[in-house]
Amino acid sequence: MITFESVSKSYPGGTRAVDELNLEIATGSFTVLVGPSGCGKTTSMRMINRMVTPSSGRVLIDGQDVSGIRAVTLRLGIGYVLQNAGLFPHRTVLDNVGTVQRLLGLNKAQARAKAYEALERVGLDASLALRYPAQLSGGQQQRVGVARALAADPPILLMDEPFSAVDPIVRLELQQEVQRLQAEIKKTIVMVTHDIDEALTLGDKIAVLAPGGVLQQYADPLSILTRPATNFVSSLVSKDRGFRALSFESLTGLSTTELPAPDTAGRIHLPTLGNGFSAEINHDAATVCWSDGVTVRSAPQPIIRPGDSLRTGLDAVLASPSSAALLADHDGNIGSYFTLADLQPLLSKATRVSS
Amino acid sequence: MINDMLSYLGDAANWTGTAGIPARLGEHLWYSFLAVLAASIIAVPLGVFIGHTGVGKVILVSASNVLRALPSLGIMTLLVLLMGVGLLPPVIALVLIAVPPILAGVYAGVANVEPAVVDAARAIGMKDSRIILQVELPLALPLILGGLRGAILQVIATATIAAYVNLGGLGRYIFDGLALYDYGQVLVGAVLVTALALVLDGLLALLARVLSPDRRLVSR
Repeated sequence: MITFESVSKSYPGGTRAVDELNLEIATGSFTVLVGPSGCGKTTSMRMINRMVTPSSGRVLIDGQDVSGIRAVTLRLGIGYVLQNAGLFPHRTVLDNVGTVQRLLGLNKAQARAKAYEALERVGLDASLALRYPAQLSGGQQQRVGVARALAADPPILLMDEPFSAVDPIVRLELQQEVQRLQAEIKKTIVMVTHDIDEALTLGDKIAVLAPGGVLQQYADPLSILTRPATNFVSSLVSKDRGFRALSFESLTGLSTTELPAPDTAGRIHLPTLGNGFSAEINHDAATVCWSDGVTVRSAPQPIIRPGDSLRTGLDAVLASPSSAALLADHDGNIGSYFTLADLQPLLSKATRVSS
Repeated sequence: MINDMLSYLGDAANWTGTAGIPARLGEHLWYSFLAVLAASIIAVPLGVFIGHTGVGKVILVSASNVLRALPSLGIMTLLVLLMGVGLLPPVIALVLIAVPPILAGVYAGVANVEPAVVDAARAIGMKDSRIILQVELPLALPLILGGLRGAILQVIATATIAAYVNLGGLGRYIFDGLALYDYGQVLVGAVLVTALALVLDGLLALLARVLSPDRRLVSR
């Protein structure tokens, strides 16, 4: 547990970066501090590893005031990922990742063995290990940054805008990677971002900060979206708010239509869908391709699973050429489909919930 | 005059003994080595301190300018008057001209290390001494070597003044030649000093290249 006890930070000249912040970050949670520049989010996060000293108030880790722990000792136990990876340009990928173990007193060979493990964990090929950071792409550098932070297996991981310097496709990939990692390793992660979408996607808990370092709301993503505590929060989440909220609704109660049996070529004919659509299922990839009888064969479309959100289900229907999406059951058997009309009752219910 | 120089260089007698060219060359290198060594001992820690902490930047610039403006010959003569003839006055005069370029190189090298890299080093748990030794100095190496190279060249060129106070070195040929109106001999000294400076410069350039290969340069 990381606790902020009425923490403030002012700079000479009177600028207030953080204003009376109270926050409890549960062990094993993924907490995102979000807000525009100048809201003190990075400043607050850097108080956890004493890179910033509060002007007043206390920051505690498991009940122990961090100001009573030697800075170097404290930091060795907390992973840190920076915006531009912050790798050492004069060291190889392997030695960058092994840095913390070397600082903890492991010899070079032990540190390198651990570094190889960490590289594998973040999905980097071992063939990159002996390269220098300048020889890697931005996304790869960022992965190395995450590997370096994780290599010594610290219980706490701090991430300062870790994905803002990479392009959107790589960003999505890295976000998914971090979600996968977090499911696997269950660290206490504190991340800073100015991107509310990123915060809503990744966080279990989100702390919204306004300029001047005033905490606006500290809640789970759904509450932030559906019950914004202040005008500042609602303006932050206003874009696509209704659509985003569907991410938190399930497909429970969805009525579906049973699929007829496939023909000898494995095509499932659905004449009721108009244009005489037929579906061709690829069971290995869990995708479906639609054909409208004679000419067009669509790109593979995803097949919806029972655990998917209403947003995913709606998106699949909207993107499907036949305006229908296939649904698998809990055992992975693809036996039914649904259309926009089937989603309608769920959408109406969701609207009532969020308003 | 050029013929005089060539016949001087061609005379085998001038290449042996304590006044021979190899001996003079050795003396010249020895004075220069002492001066650069002493200057490094002063300037490297000072440059690291100012570059790492940012304390005393203004003092550094003004002090460097003052040192650069000092006339070496005048300083040495003054020191001889104060301390008497010996190795120390010319070496001190040479140290004074070697300190500014080394200090500037070390300071600029350390201060120009990307702040994000230093921040990362601190945030993952490096203490200051490690940040300096394992991050800042390796990354500053190209600029440090550049400063050192400039210092060595200036010292080699200026070490001729040691002969003015009855010491050896390649300056001997210049001052003796001037006293005897033997301009061929003056030219011998000038050419040898120039050749020595060029050879050392080439070697240092090579060293700088070996120590900072392209792959280490950050290109983002």
